Amino acid sequence: MSVAVRVIPCLDVTEGRVVKGVNFQHLRDAGDPVEMAKIYDAEGADELTFLDITASSGNRETTYDVVRRTAEQVFIPLTVGGGVRSAEDVDRLLRAGADKVGVNTAAIARPELIREISERFGRQVLVLSVDARRCPEGTVTPSGFEVTTHGGRRGTGIDAVEWAHRAAELGAGEVLLNSMDADGTKDGYDTEMIEAVRKHVTVPVIASGGAGKLADFPPAIAAGADAVLAASVFHFGDLRIAEVKQTLREAGHLVR
Amino acid sequence: MSKRVVVFDYGFGNVRSAERALARVGADVEITADYDKAMAADGLLVPGVGAFAACMAGLKTARGDWIIGRRLAGGRAVMGICVGMQILFARGVEHGVETEGCDQWPGTVEPLRAPVVPHMGWNTVKAPEGSRLFAGLDPEERFYFVHSYAVNAWELDATSDAFHPPKVTWTTHGEPFVAAVENGPLWATQFHPEKSGDAGAQLLTNWITSL
Repeated sequence: MSVAVRVIPCLDVTEGRVVKGVNFQHLRDAGDPVEMAKIYDAEGADELTFLDITASSGNRETTYDVVRRTAEQVFIPLTVGGGVRSAEDVDRLLRAGADKVGVNTAAIARPELIREISERFGRQVLVLSVDARRCPEGTVTPSGFEVTTHGGRRGTGIDAVEWAHRAAELGAGEVLLNSMDADGTKDGYDTEMIEAVRKHVTVPVIASGGAGKLADFPPAIAAGADAVLAASVFHFGDLRIAEVKQTLREAGHLVR
Repeated sequence: MSKRVVVFDYGFGNVRSAERALARVGADVEITADYDKAMAADGLLVPGVGAFAACMAGLKTARGDWIIGRRLAGGRAVMGICVGMQILFARGVEHGVETEGCDQWPGTVEPLRAPVVPHMGWNTVKAPEGSRLFAGLDPEERFYFVHSYAVNAWELDATSDAFHPPKVTWTTHGEPFVAAVENGPLWATQFHPEKSGDAGAQLLTNWITSL
């Protein structure tokens, strides 16, 4: 009896529609989130993640209605992130039907938010979302990885590994580690980044960014991730969830 | 006639998820903390998320501990989920501080000793022979867990000739711990059947059918 590796499709949502941009710049429409969620559930997704990708750089309300309608029809865990700024935002999302809430930029600006949320709702609801990249020239951090904001457009100079560790200490129940270098490239997960975070964090780590082919998934797990997240490869139909699970199974990992 | 179930609303549960999952399997569900309704329902479901101490305080404020005790004394079904299961034990220990539970079972809820905590995701379980909770479910079936605390020692004698010998289901994450209990009218799961897809629906159907 061991916990299975999780395969998590992410639906990037804006104004009630699913979108996905290559490196978050050029958005393409890929459908209705509720319908997509039902398809993923039927195909064996272990969890679902909704990310309101416009929420951190523009107009900021997550569509509670989409969350509500999804939670009425899908009976696997649902994480919602994007634009979450306060414990009140978390409360509203949980009431709409989210099981977990992703927090990103607001926690960088005010780390105490992590403690406030975890003390009120329990650490299991709080996924710290980290958009990280390899330090560009002129930036130095101990791990060589830096936290970014605004969809990867702005560096913060904060060490990504230290931030993940600190957030877990403050009460984050899980870390969603998104490589902004790999995101949208389909060249594979940044396994070095996963390894670096895994070494210093004892909460579950979700690998995100860069999945393009089936062979990309097992190395992320081998690097220490507890779950793999992908968006565009799933909802443009390049890869099916069942195929990813089969590939992980053949690589010796437990799947549902 | 569909079975009437109250999802006990004491402020610390994912009551909407529980409601939807129970309605999906045909129960007539109401979310409430009303004493009379909670007493009269065919089944009382006690969800729970967050900290043991906070849940227990909320439960007491809503007189939930008393309602659970009264129902069980009359042989009326109660089911606890996640922290809703944990608070049925004698005590919980968080950050070294001990909190009294409902004490329906002896035992202590303690931090789970595992390399990665919370235990988050889908795990298999080992159900005992004759389990009604897991009836019709494949032994390889997985259920969704998310918790940092667990009961790693079952202290009540499960082999005695007691009126309703308890059936204890186990799983492992770092160490073995109690995944579910069936004990007369009192059933409980550490995992979330309401979030465990079709397997969870089957399990909830088993509970509803038993009412």
